[in-house]
Amino acid sequence: MFPSAFDYVAAHSVREAVAAKAEGGDDTRFLAGGQSLLPMMKTRLANPAKLVDINRVPALDTIERANGHLRVGALVRHADIARSDLPFGVIAAAAPWISDPLVRNRGTLCGAVAHCDPEGDWNSVLLATGADVIATGPSGERAIPIADFIVDFFTNALHVDEMVTEVRIPIPVGRVGGSYQKLERKIGDYATVAVAAHIELADNGTISRAGIALTAVAPKNTKVPAAEAVLVGNAPSDVLFAEAGELAAQASQPRSDVRGSAEWKRNVVRVFTRRALAAAVVGANES
Amino acid sequence: MDITVTINGQDHTHDVEPRTLLVDFVRTKAALTGTHIGCDTTSCGACTVLLDGVPVKSCTVLAVQADGASIMTVEGLKDADGAHPIQAAFKEEHGLQCGFCTPGMMLVGHALLEQNANPSDDDVRWAISGNLCRCTGYMNIVKAIRAAGAMATT
Repeated sequence: MFPSAFDYVAAHSVREAVAAKAEGGDDTRFLAGGQSLLPMMKTRLANPAKLVDINRVPALDTIERANGHLRVGALVRHADIARSDLPFGVIAAAAPWISDPLVRNRGTLCGAVAHCDPEGDWNSVLLATGADVIATGPSGERAIPIADFIVDFFTNALHVDEMVTEVRIPIPVGRVGGSYQKLERKIGDYATVAVAAHIELADNGTISRAGIALTAVAPKNTKVPAAEAVLVGNAPSDVLFAEAGELAAQASQPRSDVRGSAEWKRNVVRVFTRRALAAAVVGANES
Repeated sequence: MDITVTINGQDHTHDVEPRTLLVDFVRTKAALTGTHIGCDTTSCGACTVLLDGVPVKSCTVLAVQADGASIMTVEGLKDADGAHPIQAAFKEEHGLQCGFCTPGMMLVGHALLEQNANPSDDDVRWAISGNLCRCTGYMNIVKAIRAAGAMATT
């Protein structure tokens, strides 16, 4: 099964890649890991006229802690994140659950983020942690908060001449924990339901910051501010987590499909939010 | 586009369209048909090759992306002395039934053993979790990969 014919450019710098994208416009797509784009092209769900391959651009494969952020470059593969000891909390928790081991060797976090598939895992993790997406265009770079970056179903906030060069996740100063609870039919399948939880604890043991986001239960990855709000300022408890779980279930808009009924998925959100918060607090207490 | 891919130590230079998939380059241009096409949708892992030592699904990589890279296919496992330990172990442990998934399973197993010569059952199951066996013969595949590790370390 071949994709439709397309022009191919292997860029050797960000500048070159961005120029090629600007010239090609909407019909041009960047190719990083290609683990979502190539299958879509083979099934004709995507038919770009030109691909700009960024795999030969140097220095985009950097994962590092700098200036209070975890910086993940556009060519950092899922497997690099799973192997690295730099990620914390929900980022470290989610990495081993992205697709399957072979796809993780090739696919990139930044590519998955730009793809904006509501069944993708990373955008929930970034919503929970409050990350920024760094977009680079002809006139330089800008930081886009992840909540603004995710516009809709498979739609991001990039301008036509911009590429994602990096994701920056703020590193909390105090105790931090996270958990990614994912239900999938088999390794490599999309999530039926998944919940990302990020917790920061104050010195007195109360929750100083909370992030909760849902995967595969709405047209886009969904942050749940109402559930976050009930947690902040309070001491962690099962009652509190149950309340947050209820609010997360209410915020979800699952659809019945081959993976299960909407009602059942909503209950999974309820239970997984509770479990994710409990695991996140255990992690924060150990950090 | 003219590209050169080193497959099992030998250079293969061919003119390809950008849309040519790596698996088709391997099977058609290099005439190495040990690499199988199963699902063709990034699910089954029958097309697994090692790209610069790392297992990938070659139905989901463009051949042009492998220009200048080094590929190992199942044919590359055979060394001058005959069967590679992982091949011998699959034979000994009955690690295959129909054989369709076997090239991918052996390459993933080989890559795992390069990192960890003495993996646990869980390590092996985790490593092969992107490769499907339609005969459901997973138990013996796990045994075979662990046996190959033991063979290589003794």
